[in-house]
Amino acid sequence: MIDFFQTLGHSVLSSFAKLGRSCFFLLQILAGILTVIPRPRLLTKQLYSVGVLSFLIICISGFFVGMVLGLQGFYILSDFGAEETLGVMVAASLVRELGPVVAALLFAGRAGSALTAEIGLMKATEQLSGMEMMAIDPIKRIIAPRFLAGFISMPLLAALFSSIGVIGGQVVGVGLLGVDDGAYWSQMQSTLDFQEDIINGVIKSIVFGFIVSWIALFEGYDAVPTSEGVSRATTRTVVNSAFAILGLDFILTALMFGDI
Amino acid sequence: MENSVSPDKDIISIQNLTFSRGHRKIFDNISLGIRRGKVTAIMGPSGTGKTTLLKLIGGQLYPEHGQIFVRRQNVHKLKRADLYNLRKRMGMLFQSGALLTDINVYDNVALPLREHTALNESMIRTLVLMKLHAVGLRGARDLMPGELSGGMARRVALARAIALDPTMIMYDEPFTGQDPISLGVLVKLIKELNDTLGLTSIIVSHDVEETLGIADYIYVLSEGKIAGHGTPEQISNSGSEWVQQFLKGNADGPVHFHYPADDYNNDLFQ
Repeated sequence: MIDFFQTLGHSVLSSFAKLGRSCFFLLQILAGILTVIPRPRLLTKQLYSVGVLSFLIICISGFFVGMVLGLQGFYILSDFGAEETLGVMVAASLVRELGPVVAALLFAGRAGSALTAEIGLMKATEQLSGMEMMAIDPIKRIIAPRFLAGFISMPLLAALFSSIGVIGGQVVGVGLLGVDDGAYWSQMQSTLDFQEDIINGVIKSIVFGFIVSWIALFEGYDAVPTSEGVSRATTRTVVNSAFAILGLDFILTALMFGDI
Repeated sequence: MENSVSPDKDIISIQNLTFSRGHRKIFDNISLGIRRGKVTAIMGPSGTGKTTLLKLIGGQLYPEHGQIFVRRQNVHKLKRADLYNLRKRMGMLFQSGALLTDINVYDNVALPLREHTALNESMIRTLVLMKLHAVGLRGARDLMPGELSGGMARRVALARAIALDPTMIMYDEPFTGQDPISLGVLVKLIKELNDTLGLTSIIVSHDVEETLGIADYIYVLSEGKIAGHGTPEQISNSGSEWVQQFLKGNADGPVHFHYPADDYNNDLFQ
Protein backbone atom coordinates (compact mmCIF):
# COMPACT_ATOMS: atom_id res chain seq x y z
CA MET A 1 0.00 0.00 0.00
CA ILE A 2 2.83 2.34 0.94
CA ASP A 3 4.56 1.39 -2.32
CA PHE A 4 1.43 2.35 -4.22
CA PHE A 5 1.28 5.81 -2.65
CA GLN A 6 5.02 6.21 -3.10
CA THR A 7 4.76 5.42 -6.82
CA LEU A 8 1.70 7.62 -7.18
CA GLY A 9 3.40 10.51 -5.38
CA HIS A 10 6.53 10.10 -7.46
CA SER A 11 4.66 10.11 -10.74
CA VAL A 12 2.58 13.15 -9.71
CA LEU A 13 5.72 15.02 -8.67
CA SER A 14 7.59 14.14 -11.87
CA SER A 15 4.58 15.19 -13.94
CA PHE A 16 4.56 18.59 -12.26
CA ALA A 17 8.34 18.86 -12.64
CA LYS A 18 7.97 18.10 -16.36
CA LEU A 19 5.17 20.64 -16.70
CA GLY A 20 7.40 23.23 -15.01
CA ARG A 21 10.32 22.40 -17.32
CA SER A 22 8.08 22.64 -20.37
CA CYS A 23 6.72 26.06 -19.31
CA PHE A 24 10.25 27.34 -18.70
CA PHE A 25 11.25 25.91 -22.08
CA LEU A 26 8.35 27.76 -23.73
CA LEU A 27 9.42 31.05 -22.12
CA GLN A 28 12.94 30.52 -23.45
CA ILE A 29 11.57 29.84 -26.94
CA LEU A 30 9.39 32.94 -26.87
CA ALA A 31 12.40 35.02 -25.85
CA GLY A 32 14.46 33.31 -28.58
CA ILE A 33 11.95 34.13 -31.33
CA LEU A 34 13.11 37.75 -31.37
CA THR A 35 16.55 36.57 -32.49
CA VAL A 36 15.08 34.55 -35.39
CA ILE A 37 13.30 37.50 -37.01
CA PRO A 38 16.50 39.25 -38.20
CA ARG A 39 17.79 35.92 -39.60
CA PRO A 40 15.11 34.83 -42.08
CA ARG A 41 17.28 32.07 -43.62
CA LEU A 42 17.00 30.03 -40.43
CA LEU A 43 13.22 30.32 -40.63
CA THR A 44 12.78 29.62 -44.35
CA LYS A 45 14.76 26.38 -44.09
CA GLN A 46 12.46 25.18 -41.31
CA LEU A 47 9.32 26.43 -43.09
CA TYR A 48 10.36 24.14 -45.92
CA SER A 49 10.93 21.04 -43.80
CA VAL A 50 8.00 21.58 -41.43
CA GLY A 51 5.47 23.17 -43.78
CA VAL A 52 6.25 22.45 -47.43
CA LEU A 53 7.09 18.80 -46.82
CA SER A 54 3.70 18.35 -45.10
CA PHE A 55 1.96 19.78 -48.19
CA LEU A 56 1.32 16.47 -49.94
CA ILE A 57 -0.16 14.58 -46.98
CA ILE A 58 -2.42 17.55 -46.19
CA CYS A 59 -3.64 17.88 -49.80
CA ILE A 60 -4.34 14.18 -50.29
CA SER A 61 -6.03 13.77 -46.90
CA GLY A 62 -8.05 16.95 -47.36
CA PHE A 63 -9.28 15.76 -50.74
CA PHE A 64 -10.40 12.37 -49.42
CA VAL A 65 -12.04 13.84 -46.31
CA GLY A 66 -13.91 16.31 -48.56
CA MET A 67 -15.05 13.47 -50.83
CA VAL A 68 -16.32 11.43 -47.88
CA LEU A 69 -18.17 14.46 -46.54
CA GLY A 70 -19.70 15.00 -49.97
CA LEU A 71 -20.84 11.41 -50.15
CA GLN A 72 -22.23 11.09 -46.62
CA GLY A 73 -23.73 14.58 -46.72
CA PHE A 74 -25.50 13.89 -50.00
CA TYR A 75 -27.17 10.70 -48.73
CA ILE A 76 -28.44 12.39 -45.56
CA LEU A 77 -29.45 15.69 -47.15
CA SER A 78 -31.19 14.03 -50.12
CA ASP A 79 -33.56 12.28 -47.66
CA PHE A 80 -34.86 15.75 -46.81
CA GLY A 81 -34.61 17.07 -50.36
CA ALA A 82 -31.93 19.47 -49.22
CA GLU A 83 -28.99 18.29 -51.34
CA GLU A 84 -28.49 21.87 -52.61
CA THR A 85 -27.10 22.71 -49.19
CA LEU A 86 -24.34 20.11 -49.57
CA GLY A 87 -21.74 22.85 -50.12
CA VAL A 88 -22.68 24.49 -46.81
CA MET A 89 -22.43 21.22 -44.95
CA VAL A 90 -19.07 20.28 -46.44
CA ALA A 91 -17.54 23.74 -46.02
CA ALA A 92 -18.87 24.34 -42.50
CA SER A 93 -17.66 20.92 -41.31
CA LEU A 94 -14.26 21.59 -42.78
CA VAL A 95 -13.58 25.19 -41.76
CA ARG A 96 -15.11 24.85 -38.30
CA GLU A 97 -13.84 21.44 -37.22
CA LEU A 98 -12.27 18.96 -39.57
CA GLY A 99 -9.86 21.35 -41.27
CA PRO A 100 -8.10 22.56 -38.12
CA VAL A 101 -8.42 19.28 -36.18
CA VAL A 102 -7.50 16.70 -38.83
CA ALA A 103 -4.78 18.93 -40.30
CA ALA A 104 -3.32 19.36 -36.79
CA LEU A 105 -3.43 15.60 -36.15
CA LEU A 106 -1.70 14.97 -39.47
CA PHE A 107 0.76 17.77 -38.73
CA ALA A 108 1.59 16.18 -35.35
CA GLY A 109 2.13 12.82 -37.03
CA ARG A 110 4.17 14.13 -39.95
CA ALA A 111 6.05 17.24 -38.75
CA GLY A 112 5.75 16.94 -34.95
CA SER A 113 7.24 13.46 -34.78
CA ALA A 114 10.02 14.51 -37.17
CA LEU A 115 10.83 17.53 -34.97
CA THR A 116 10.99 15.39 -31.82
CA ALA A 117 13.18 12.76 -33.45
CA GLU A 118 15.48 15.40 -34.92
CA ILE A 119 15.97 17.31 -31.66
CA GLY A 120 16.22 14.09 -29.62
CA LEU A 121 18.91 12.74 -31.93
CA MET A 122 20.74 16.05 -31.86
CA LYS A 123 20.77 15.70 -28.08
CA ALA A 124 21.88 12.05 -28.21
CA THR A 125 24.72 12.86 -30.61
CA GLU A 126 25.86 15.80 -28.43
CA GLN A 127 25.10 18.37 -31.13
CA LEU A 128 23.17 20.52 -28.65
CA SER A 129 25.92 20.17 -26.04
CA GLY A 130 28.46 21.04 -28.71
CA MET A 131 26.58 24.23 -29.55
CA GLU A 132 26.44 25.22 -25.90
CA MET A 133 30.19 24.72 -25.63
CA MET A 134 30.62 26.98 -28.68
CA ALA A 135 28.63 29.60 -26.74
CA ILE A 136 25.72 29.27 -29.18
CA ASP A 137 22.35 29.00 -27.48
CA PRO A 138 20.58 25.97 -29.05
CA ILE A 139 17.19 27.39 -28.05
CA LYS A 140 17.79 30.44 -30.21
CA ARG A 141 19.63 28.74 -33.08
CA ILE A 142 17.80 25.39 -33.31
CA ILE A 143 14.54 25.41 -31.34
CA ALA A 144 13.06 28.88 -31.89
CA PRO A 145 13.17 28.76 -35.75
CA ARG A 146 11.45 25.37 -35.71
CA PHE A 147 8.79 26.60 -33.30
CA LEU A 148 8.09 29.67 -35.41
CA ALA A 149 7.96 27.55 -38.58
CA GLY A 150 5.42 25.18 -36.98
CA PHE A 151 3.36 28.11 -35.69
CA ILE A 152 3.24 29.75 -39.13
CA SER A 153 2.76 26.55 -41.15
CA MET A 154 -0.13 25.06 -39.21
CA PRO A 155 -2.85 27.67 -40.03
CA LEU A 156 -1.76 27.67 -43.68
CA LEU A 157 -1.91 23.88 -43.87
CA ALA A 158 -5.32 23.86 -42.17
CA ALA A 159 -6.60 26.43 -44.69
CA LEU A 160 -5.20 24.31 -47.49
CA PHE A 161 -6.84 21.19 -46.03
CA SER A 162 -10.24 22.90 -45.89
CA SER A 163 -9.93 24.36 -49.40
CA ILE A 164 -8.92 21.06 -50.98
CA GLY A 165 -11.67 19.35 -48.93
CA VAL A 166 -14.30 21.70 -50.37
CA ILE A 167 -13.07 20.79 -53.86
CA GLY A 168 -13.19 17.08 -52.92
CA GLY A 169 -16.81 17.55 -51.79
CA GLN A 170 -17.62 19.27 -55.06
CA VAL A 171 -16.03 16.50 -57.14
CA VAL A 172 -18.26 13.91 -55.48
CA GLY A 173 -21.41 16.01 -54.88
CA VAL A 174 -21.51 17.90 -58.18
CA GLY A 175 -19.39 15.71 -60.42
CA LEU A 176 -20.66 12.26 -59.44
CA LEU A 177 -23.97 12.70 -57.62
CA GLY A 178 -25.50 15.52 -59.67
CA VAL A 179 -25.88 18.36 -57.17
CA ASP A 180 -26.20 21.70 -58.94
CA ASP A 181 -22.81 23.40 -59.21
CA GLY A 182 -24.21 26.92 -58.74
CA ALA A 183 -26.20 25.84 -55.66
CA TYR A 184 -23.13 24.15 -54.16
CA TRP A 185 -21.06 27.34 -54.26
CA SER A 186 -23.77 30.00 -53.77
CA GLN A 187 -25.32 28.32 -50.71
CA MET A 188 -21.85 28.05 -49.25
CA GLN A 189 -21.10 31.73 -49.93
CA SER A 190 -24.36 33.00 -48.53
CA THR A 191 -24.46 30.83 -45.41
CA LEU A 192 -20.87 30.70 -44.15
CA ASP A 193 -19.95 33.64 -41.96
CA PHE A 194 -16.44 35.06 -42.19
CA GLN A 195 -16.13 35.84 -38.49
CA GLU A 196 -18.14 32.95 -37.07
CA ASP A 197 -16.78 30.18 -39.26
CA ILE A 198 -13.56 31.09 -41.03
CA ILE A 199 -11.86 33.25 -38.39
CA ASN A 200 -12.78 30.82 -35.62
CA GLY A 201 -11.31 27.97 -37.65
CA VAL A 202 -8.14 29.97 -38.20
CA ILE A 203 -7.90 30.72 -34.46
CA LYS A 204 -8.19 27.01 -33.73
CA SER A 205 -5.43 26.13 -36.17
CA ILE A 206 -3.17 28.83 -34.70
CA VAL A 207 -3.70 27.38 -31.21
CA PHE A 208 -3.05 23.83 -32.46
CA GLY A 209 0.10 24.94 -34.29
CA PHE A 210 1.39 26.54 -31.10
CA ILE A 211 0.62 23.51 -28.95
CA VAL A 212 1.89 20.83 -31.36
CA SER A 213 5.17 22.70 -32.01
CA TRP A 214 5.67 23.23 -28.27
CA ILE A 215 4.98 19.59 -27.40
CA ALA A 216 7.13 18.23 -30.24
CA LEU A 217 10.13 20.42 -29.49
CA PHE A 218 9.93 19.96 -25.73
CA GLU A 219 9.68 16.17 -25.99
CA GLY A 220 12.76 16.14 -28.22
CA TYR A 221 14.71 18.48 -25.95
CA ASP A 222 13.68 16.59 -22.82
CA ALA A 223 14.21 13.11 -24.35
CA VAL A 224 16.49 10.58 -22.70
CA PRO A 225 19.46 10.69 -25.09
CA THR A 226 19.33 7.05 -26.20
CA SER A 227 17.61 5.37 -29.16
CA GLU A 228 14.88 4.06 -26.85
CA GLY A 229 14.49 7.49 -25.23
CA VAL A 230 14.07 9.21 -28.60
CA SER A 231 11.61 6.56 -29.73
CA ARG A 232 9.51 7.02 -26.58
CA ALA A 233 9.65 10.80 -26.93
CA THR A 234 8.43 10.59 -30.53
CA THR A 235 5.50 8.42 -29.47
CA ARG A 236 4.69 10.83 -26.63
CA THR A 237 4.65 13.73 -29.09
CA VAL A 238 2.01 12.09 -31.27
CA VAL A 239 -0.12 10.85 -28.35
CA ASN A 240 0.08 14.04 -26.26
CA SER A 241 -0.51 16.23 -29.31
CA ALA A 242 -3.61 14.23 -30.21
CA PHE A 243 -4.99 14.59 -26.67
CA ALA A 244 -4.17 18.29 -26.59
CA ILE A 245 -5.72 18.95 -30.02
CA LEU A 246 -8.95 17.10 -29.26
CA GLY A 247 -9.28 18.48 -25.74
CA LEU A 248 -8.57 22.04 -26.79
CA ASP A 249 -10.91 21.66 -29.76
CA PHE A 250 -13.77 20.95 -27.39
CA ILE A 251 -12.90 23.93 -25.18
CA LEU A 252 -12.46 26.28 -28.14
CA THR A 253 -15.66 25.06 -29.80
CA ALA A 254 -17.57 25.58 -26.56
CA LEU A 255 -16.16 29.10 -26.24
CA MET A 256 -16.70 30.04 -29.88
CA PHE A 257 -20.00 28.42 -30.75
CA GLY A 258 -21.62 27.60 -27.42
CA ASP A 259 -23.52 29.96 -25.17
CA ILE A 260 -21.04 29.65 -22.32
CA MET B 1 50.69 12.29 -3.18
CA GLU B 2 50.46 16.10 -3.23
CA ASN B 3 48.38 17.47 -6.07
CA SER B 4 50.17 19.80 -8.42
CA VAL B 5 48.04 22.92 -7.96
CA SER B 6 49.56 26.32 -8.53
CA PRO B 7 46.89 28.99 -9.07
CA ASP B 8 49.37 31.44 -10.60
CA LYS B 9 50.49 29.15 -13.41
CA ASP B 10 47.24 27.25 -13.88
CA ILE B 11 44.67 28.23 -16.49
CA ILE B 12 42.21 25.87 -14.78
CA SER B 13 42.16 25.25 -11.07
CA ILE B 14 39.83 22.65 -9.58
CA GLN B 15 39.47 22.86 -5.82
CA ASN B 16 37.88 20.23 -3.59
CA LEU B 17 35.48 19.04 -6.28
CA THR B 18 32.75 16.62 -5.28
CA PHE B 19 30.17 15.40 -7.79
CA SER B 20 27.73 12.48 -7.64
CA ARG B 21 25.32 10.76 -10.00
CA GLY B 22 22.56 9.26 -7.90
CA HIS B 23 24.25 7.58 -4.95
CA ARG B 24 27.53 7.08 -6.81
CA LYS B 25 30.31 9.57 -6.09
CA ILE B 26 32.05 10.38 -9.38
CA PHE B 27 34.50 12.81 -7.77
CA ASP B 28 35.27 12.80 -4.08
CA ASN B 29 36.97 16.00 -3.00
CA ILE B 30 39.58 16.18 -5.73
CA SER B 31 41.85 19.12 -6.52
CA LEU B 32 43.97 19.56 -9.61
CA GLY B 33 45.49 22.24 -11.79
CA ILE B 34 45.94 22.53 -15.55
CA ARG B 35 49.08 24.42 -16.57
CA ARG B 36 48.92 27.18 -19.16
CA GLY B 37 50.48 26.27 -22.51
CA LYS B 38 50.89 22.56 -21.69
CA VAL B 39 49.19 19.35 -22.76
CA THR B 40 47.57 17.86 -19.66
CA ALA B 41 45.96 14.44 -19.79
CA ILE B 42 43.22 13.14 -17.52
CA MET B 43 43.30 9.36 -17.68
CA GLY B 44 41.35 6.54 -16.16
CA PRO B 45 39.17 3.62 -17.12
CA SER B 46 35.71 4.07 -18.63
CA GLY B 47 33.14 5.33 -16.16
CA THR B 48 35.57 7.26 -13.96
CA GLY B 49 33.96 10.56 -14.93
CA LYS B 50 36.53 11.95 -17.33
CA THR B 51 33.92 13.40 -19.70
CA THR B 52 31.93 14.59 -16.69
CA LEU B 53 35.00 16.53 -15.59
CA LEU B 54 35.14 18.33 -18.96
CA LYS B 55 31.43 19.17 -18.67
CA LEU B 56 32.03 20.53 -15.18
CA ILE B 57 34.90 22.69 -16.46
CA GLY B 58 32.71 23.93 -19.31
CA GLY B 59 29.90 24.84 -16.92
CA GLN B 60 27.45 22.32 -18.37
CA LEU B 61 27.21 20.48 -15.04
CA TYR B 62 27.25 21.86 -11.51
CA PRO B 63 29.43 20.42 -8.71
CA GLU B 64 27.97 19.44 -5.36
CA HIS B 65 30.90 20.96 -3.54
CA GLY B 66 34.07 22.70 -4.54
CA GLN B 67 34.97 25.26 -7.13
CA ILE B 68 36.35 25.32 -10.65
CA PHE B 69 38.27 28.38 -11.78
CA VAL B 70 38.99 28.94 -15.46
CA ARG B 71 41.19 31.96 -16.16
CA ARG B 72 40.62 32.93 -12.51
CA GLN B 73 36.83 33.02 -12.97
CA ASN B 74 34.63 30.73 -10.92
CA VAL B 75 32.76 28.96 -13.74
CA HIS B 76 29.67 28.15 -11.71
CA LYS B 77 29.21 31.66 -10.34
CA LEU B 78 29.25 33.30 -13.76
CA LYS B 79 26.14 34.79 -15.33
CA ARG B 80 25.00 33.16 -18.57
CA ALA B 81 26.45 35.91 -20.77
CA ASP B 82 29.80 35.77 -18.97
CA LEU B 83 29.86 31.97 -19.16
CA TYR B 84 29.23 32.19 -22.92
CA ASN B 85 32.06 34.73 -23.23
CA LEU B 86 34.34 32.34 -21.38
CA ARG B 87 33.28 29.44 -23.62
CA LYS B 88 34.26 31.44 -26.69
CA ARG B 89 37.82 31.14 -25.42
CA MET B 90 37.46 27.37 -24.83
CA GLY B 91 37.33 24.86 -27.64
CA MET B 92 35.91 21.43 -27.03
CA LEU B 93 36.27 18.36 -29.19
CA PHE B 94 33.50 15.90 -28.42
CA GLN B 95 34.03 12.18 -28.73
CA SER B 96 31.37 11.98 -31.45
CA GLY B 97 32.55 15.17 -33.15
CA ALA B 98 29.10 16.70 -32.50
CA LEU B 99 28.98 18.21 -35.99
CA LEU B 100 25.59 19.57 -37.05
CA THR B 101 24.34 16.96 -39.48
CA ASP B 102 22.10 19.23 -41.56
CA ILE B 103 24.90 21.50 -42.78
CA ASN B 104 28.11 20.69 -44.66
CA VAL B 105 31.70 20.71 -43.40
CA TYR B 106 32.31 24.31 -44.48
CA ASP B 107 29.20 25.63 -42.71
CA ASN B 108 30.01 23.65 -39.57
CA VAL B 109 33.41 25.31 -39.28
CA ALA B 110 31.96 28.69 -40.25
CA LEU B 111 29.19 28.41 -37.63
CA PRO B 112 31.05 29.88 -34.61
CA LEU B 113 32.52 32.63 -36.80
CA ARG B 114 29.12 33.60 -38.16
CA GLU B 115 27.55 33.51 -34.70
CA HIS B 116 30.22 35.38 -32.78
CA THR B 117 31.96 37.72 -35.18
CA ALA B 118 30.91 40.49 -37.54
CA LEU B 119 33.30 39.32 -40.26
CA ASN B 120 32.10 39.42 -43.86
CA GLU B 121 31.62 36.20 -45.85
CA SER B 122 34.89 36.55 -47.75
CA MET B 123 36.88 36.86 -44.50
CA ILE B 124 34.96 33.93 -43.01
CA ARG B 125 35.75 31.87 -46.12
CA THR B 126 39.46 32.59 -45.75
CA LEU B 127 39.44 31.64 -42.07
CA VAL B 128 37.40 28.46 -42.62
CA LEU B 129 39.73 27.31 -45.40
CA MET B 130 42.76 28.02 -43.20
CA LYS B 131 41.31 25.97 -40.33
CA LEU B 132 40.31 23.13 -42.66
CA HIS B 133 43.76 23.22 -44.25
CA ALA B 134 45.33 22.90 -40.80
CA VAL B 135 43.50 19.61 -40.28
CA GLY B 136 44.09 18.47 -43.87
CA LEU B 137 40.44 18.62 -44.96
CA ARG B 138 40.26 21.73 -47.14
CA GLY B 139 39.18 19.51 -50.02
CA ALA B 140 36.30 18.03 -47.99
CA ARG B 141 34.56 21.36 -47.44
CA ASP B 142 31.45 20.46 -49.44
CA LEU B 143 30.88 17.07 -47.86
CA MET B 144 28.06 16.49 -45.39
CA PRO B 145 28.96 15.09 -41.93
CA GLY B 146 27.26 11.80 -42.84
CA GLU B 147 29.77 11.33 -45.67
CA LEU B 148 32.82 11.61 -43.38
CA SER B 149 34.67 8.77 -41.69
CA GLY B 150 34.98 8.88 -37.89
CA GLY B 151 38.52 10.23 -38.09
CA MET B 152 37.59 12.91 -40.63
CA ALA B 153 34.57 13.97 -38.55
CA ARG B 154 36.83 14.44 -35.53
CA ARG B 155 39.27 16.50 -37.58
CA VAL B 156 36.45 18.72 -38.88
CA ALA B 157 35.28 19.11 -35.28
CA LEU B 158 38.83 20.09 -34.37
CA ALA B 159 38.87 22.72 -37.13
CA ARG B 160 35.58 24.05 -35.72
CA ALA B 161 36.95 24.01 -32.17
CA ILE B 162 39.89 26.23 -33.21
CA ALA B 163 37.78 28.51 -35.43
CA LEU B 164 37.61 31.28 -32.85
CA ASP B 165 41.29 30.88 -31.87
CA PRO B 166 40.60 29.71 -28.32
CA THR B 167 43.24 29.80 -25.62
CA MET B 168 42.48 26.26 -24.50
CA ILE B 169 41.00 23.11 -26.04
CA MET B 170 39.43 20.16 -24.27
CA TYR B 171 39.59 16.83 -26.09
CA ASP B 172 37.10 14.17 -25.08
CA GLU B 173 38.51 10.72 -25.92
CA PRO B 174 40.09 11.92 -29.17
CA PHE B 175 41.77 8.57 -29.96
CA THR B 176 38.88 6.17 -29.32
CA GLY B 177 37.78 4.10 -32.31
CA GLN B 178 40.37 5.48 -34.72
CA ASP B 179 42.33 3.46 -37.27
CA PRO B 180 46.13 3.69 -36.97
CA ILE B 181 46.46 6.35 -39.69
CA SER B 182 43.71 8.60 -38.26
CA LEU B 183 45.19 8.05 -34.82
CA GLY B 184 48.64 9.13 -35.92
CA VAL B 185 47.19 12.19 -37.69
CA LEU B 186 45.19 13.21 -34.59
CA VAL B 187 48.14 12.79 -32.22
CA LYS B 188 50.31 14.90 -34.53
CA LEU B 189 47.58 17.55 -34.92
CA ILE B 190 46.94 17.91 -31.21
CA LYS B 191 50.63 18.33 -30.44
CA GLU B 192 51.24 20.71 -33.35
CA LEU B 193 48.22 22.87 -32.56
CA ASN B 194 49.24 23.11 -28.94
CA ASP B 195 52.80 24.13 -29.74
CA THR B 196 52.23 26.40 -32.74
CA LEU B 197 49.14 28.22 -31.48
CA GLY B 198 50.35 28.37 -27.86
CA LEU B 199 47.19 26.65 -26.63
CA THR B 200 46.52 24.83 -23.42
CA SER B 201 45.24 21.34 -24.12
CA ILE B 202 43.34 18.99 -21.86
CA ILE B 203 43.04 15.44 -23.14
CA VAL B 204 40.63 13.06 -21.53
CA SER B 205 41.55 9.54 -22.60
CA HIS B 206 42.11 5.94 -21.69
CA ASP B 207 44.49 5.29 -24.58
CA VAL B 208 47.75 4.93 -22.69
CA GLU B 209 50.41 4.88 -25.41
CA GLU B 210 49.16 7.87 -27.43
CA THR B 211 48.43 9.98 -24.38
CA LEU B 212 51.76 9.30 -22.72
CA GLY B 213 53.40 10.24 -26.01
CA ILE B 214 52.08 13.80 -26.19
CA ALA B 215 51.13 14.81 -22.63
CA ASP B 216 53.32 17.08 -20.54
CA TYR B 217 51.49 16.18 -17.34
CA ILE B 218 49.06 13.40 -16.48
CA TYR B 219 46.40 12.86 -13.83
CA VAL B 220 45.10 9.32 -13.39
CA LEU B 221 41.62 9.07 -11.89
CA SER B 222 40.16 6.11 -10.07
CA GLU B 223 36.98 5.73 -8.04
CA GLY B 224 36.50 9.43 -7.57
CA LYS B 225 40.07 10.12 -6.46
CA ILE B 226 43.33 11.02 -8.16
CA ALA B 227 45.29 7.75 -8.13
CA GLY B 228 48.46 9.30 -9.49
CA HIS B 229 49.83 12.33 -11.27
CA GLY B 230 53.06 13.54 -12.76
CA THR B 231 55.01 13.70 -16.00
CA PRO B 232 54.71 10.70 -18.35
CA GLU B 233 58.01 9.34 -16.94
CA GLN B 234 56.83 9.73 -13.36
CA ILE B 235 53.54 8.03 -14.19
CA SER B 236 55.29 5.18 -16.02
CA ASN B 237 57.51 4.60 -12.98
CA SER B 238 54.70 5.07 -10.46
CA GLY B 239 54.78 2.70 -7.51
CA SER B 240 50.98 2.63 -7.34
CA GLU B 241 49.66 -0.86 -8.11
CA TRP B 242 46.51 0.68 -9.50
CA VAL B 243 48.37 2.98 -11.92
CA GLN B 244 50.55 0.08 -13.08
CA GLN B 245 47.49 -2.10 -13.69
CA PHE B 246 45.90 0.66 -15.73
CA LEU B 247 49.04 1.36 -17.79
CA LYS B 248 49.78 -2.31 -18.50
CA GLY B 249 46.15 -3.30 -18.98
CA ASN B 250 46.28 -6.26 -16.57
CA ALA B 251 42.95 -8.05 -16.25
CA ASP B 252 43.21 -8.39 -12.47
CA GLY B 253 44.73 -6.27 -9.78
CA PRO B 254 43.34 -3.58 -7.50
CA VAL B 255 40.58 -3.23 -10.12
CA HIS B 256 38.83 -6.59 -10.34
CA PHE B 257 37.88 -8.17 -13.62
CA HIS B 258 34.51 -9.28 -12.22
CA TYR B 259 31.75 -6.88 -11.33
CA PRO B 260 30.84 -7.51 -7.68
CA ALA B 261 28.55 -10.56 -7.52
CA ASP B 262 27.56 -13.47 -5.26
CA ASP B 263 29.73 -16.59 -5.09
CA TYR B 264 29.95 -18.19 -8.57
CA ASN B 265 29.19 -21.76 -7.41
CA ASN B 266 26.26 -20.66 -5.32
CA ASP B 267 24.94 -18.63 -8.21
CA LEU B 268 25.16 -21.58 -10.64
CA PHE B 269 23.78 -24.34 -8.43
CA GLN B 270 21.26 -22.59 -6.25
